[in-house]
Amino acid sequence: MQILNHSQMLQEYFGIVKKPDQLIIALAGNLNVGKSTLFNSLTGLRQHTGNWPGKTVDNAQGSFSYRDKNFLMIDLPGTYSILAHTAEEEVARDFICFGHPDVTVIVLDATSLERNLNLALQVMEITSRLVICVNLIDEAKKKKISIDFITLEKELGVPVVATAARQGIGLNSLKESIYQVAIGSRELNPTQIKYSMEVENAVLKLLPQIEKFRFDKLFNPRWVALRLLDGDEKFIRNITLHLNSQSRWAVTREAEIAL
Amino acid sequence: MITYDKSIPLSQIAVGCTCRIVGLELDGILRRRIQDLGIIPGTAVECIRRGPSGDPTAYTIRGTTVALRKEDASLIHVHLI
Repeated sequence: MQILNHSQMLQEYFGIVKKPDQLIIALAGNLNVGKSTLFNSLTGLRQHTGNWPGKTVDNAQGSFSYRDKNFLMIDLPGTYSILAHTAEEEVARDFICFGHPDVTVIVLDATSLERNLNLALQVMEITSRLVICVNLIDEAKKKKISIDFITLEKELGVPVVATAARQGIGLNSLKESIYQVAIGSRELNPTQIKYSMEVENAVLKLLPQIEKFRFDKLFNPRWVALRLLDGDEKFIRNITLHLNSQSRWAVTREAEIAL
Repeated sequence: MITYDKSIPLSQIAVGCTCRIVGLELDGILRRRIQDLGIIPGTAVECIRRGPSGDPTAYTIRGTTVALRKEDASLIHVHLI
């Protein structure tokens, strides 16, 4: 049986070729939030486009450097939810859940934060290594929407950055936040949604069963419990598929760290 | 079946009226999709305009315009406000 490391896994499942020194950044968000504008202003002409393996969905990758680190940013298709229905959404969902990016950047539309936060809260259940980017703050200003970023950051427990990608506003602080999360110098404590008593009790019942598999390096056990409760069979199959290949990867990574 | 007290289907809301969602009767993928768009109990919805043949209808939900088919909107229960 072939043992995959992270870069081999990325190449095999997602068609992403990364240089050894590159950190992987996933760029996710709802549709029409200026994600691609942000992507273009961060990566400039250092881009590579293609398709996702086996899908007629565009895949754009771009690189940039900040301080002493090199980053490979993946521009994911727009999605409203982690529980996806279209091929585009599935690509985005699979990469966030199974691609194990070093940092996930969630781009939100400042003019409709309420609707956009759905995706952010879902991703916060999966990973703690994320940066929330509130884009289109220029549009929000025009519509006389003011956002209390300090409170938002405190309530979400992850870095929140305000940007207007079209004007190049906030890009440096976004890079700084990405950098800090990537090197682990920032304390992250994403707020977890508390569900109804019934759901929380069911999660508590499931957790010991899930923890037996000891894949907490790959998936947040609470998140797996919630997906099991959802009863989305296709998604559960997907988790199993990635688990088989990645428990191998996890073992090699453990070995790498030990060495 | 769940009954929603004095509620009416979203599909019966006239253009220009605003209502509040009290319950969803949708199932499965469509229910998930609708919820992902922010259509959940408590949300205010304004009926903006109707398509030429009376279907679909555009609604403003949380600052975004969303078009829904009559068959789907009829499964969303609302109270007029």
